[in-house]
Amino acid sequence: MFKMTPNILRNMITDKATRLYPFETREPWTGVRGELGIDIEKCTFCGICALKCPTGCLSVDKKEGLWVCDPFVCVYCGICVESCPKKCLYQDLVYREPADEHEKIVMKGEPPRKKKEAES
Amino acid sequence: MKSTVIPIGPQHPVLPEPIHLKLTVVDEVISEVVPSLGFVHRGLEMLVDNRDYHQVVQVVERVCGICSMMHAMCYCQGIEEMMGVEVPPRAKYLRVIWSELHRMHSHLLWLGLFADSFGFESLFMQFWRIREKVLDIHEATTGNRVIVSVNTIGGVRKDLDDDQIEWIVSELKNVKREVRRLGPTLLDDYTVKKRTVGRGVLTSQQAIDLGTVGPTLRASGVARDMRQLGYAALGELDFEPVTEEAGDSWARCKVRFKEVLASIDIIRQAAEKTPGGEIAAKVKGAPPEGETVSRVEQPRGEVFYYIKSKGQKKLERLRIRTPTFANIPALLAILPGLYLSDVPVVVLSIDPCISCTER
Repeated sequence: MFKMTPNILRNMITDKATRLYPFETREPWTGVRGELGIDIEKCTFCGICALKCPTGCLSVDKKEGLWVCDPFVCVYCGICVESCPKKCLYQDLVYREPADEHEKIVMKGEPPRKKKEAES
Repeated sequence: MKSTVIPIGPQHPVLPEPIHLKLTVVDEVISEVVPSLGFVHRGLEMLVDNRDYHQVVQVVERVCGICSMMHAMCYCQGIEEMMGVEVPPRAKYLRVIWSELHRMHSHLLWLGLFADSFGFESLFMQFWRIREKVLDIHEATTGNRVIVSVNTIGGVRKDLDDDQIEWIVSELKNVKREVRRLGPTLLDDYTVKKRTVGRGVLTSQQAIDLGTVGPTLRASGVARDMRQLGYAALGELDFEPVTEEAGDSWARCKVRFKEVLASIDIIRQAAEKTPGGEIAAKVKGAPPEGETVSRVEQPRGEVFYYIKSKGQKKLERLRIRTPTFANIPALLAILPGLYLSDVPVVVLSIDPCISCTER
């Protein structure tokens, strides 16, 4: 016990190691792999993110222009963000808040027009 | 005298993960131990059937929450060997830095849990406070706290700039100072020694015969560490395995305590020598038909990956032998003859990672 005493005394004069989370939060580090988001305007619905995703949480419908993510399946590895050719996927610096309902993130954009349609 | 069977686990305050031990006790002395496993089997090995070999990296990272970096590194090294991919030197050094940070956070977690197993809760808190600094380094450099997901086939996914490397080294200086302060409390304290010295003695011959690995083996005086193979950049760094002679719970604790300091030293060396250049080689095609074995030293010991490919993007078989699987026979050999009250301390002394074992 006496060997711990210097530590105990030091702890009394140093800062607290904990904080009153969630009322008190710290600045997130840069490059944190937080919640997944998409800039749907830039998306071409190529489907590479859905193909590369190791969990299969993403699905892309090129005809309808839909990008769907199941945040309860996503493991926030960032593979989709790295593989996106248009760089329209991004990860926030904060983690997703807990939720009590299983809801998917559905984003609808403008599907790319076929060459023939574009020409006419 | 009449014997009684007392079950310990799968839910027990001292066990972080579910293992069930049926202890046959005569009076208060254990005479026989029968383990049963399989409470958290997830069938991760079979996921290779419907994922391509790149996606399996994220699967093997989830075999173990504590040593995810080493699992991914072991798998990637196996595939790289099969495909003949030359990993850039910078990636090798970065792998060493992150894997040793992982070893540190795993050992600090264990040192805390071990202190908790004999009821020293304030020491447990102190170790976990230090561990938080290592997790902060993980989060700042990789983006995640525990499952860092930095490995990819051919190299690493994240890079460190000079400022970050400098910051890691300076943070680890503080960690080293704080860990050293706790050393006398953990290793020389009278009450701690009463609970650990001479409890669960494993002789060096027993350790070799039972196929023990990692700190459990090294605490019995056998200097065997997979890092001696020199995988990643470890061959270019100065490193000696930490050993102790006694083979009891105290020796296993001391080995892990010293390994935290040894890891800091390895990271410091790697930080000084990290060369510039690419962080990942380009990998195309599928692993050729054939099989390979890959071994890496995890915090708990040697992890063993057997990979079999049929020449397609989806692997044919992946087999993982984790260190705890190799250490359970040793646990069954050291428990008989001890008092029932020693069981939590001795079970924790081998650092069991059950979810890892059951995959």
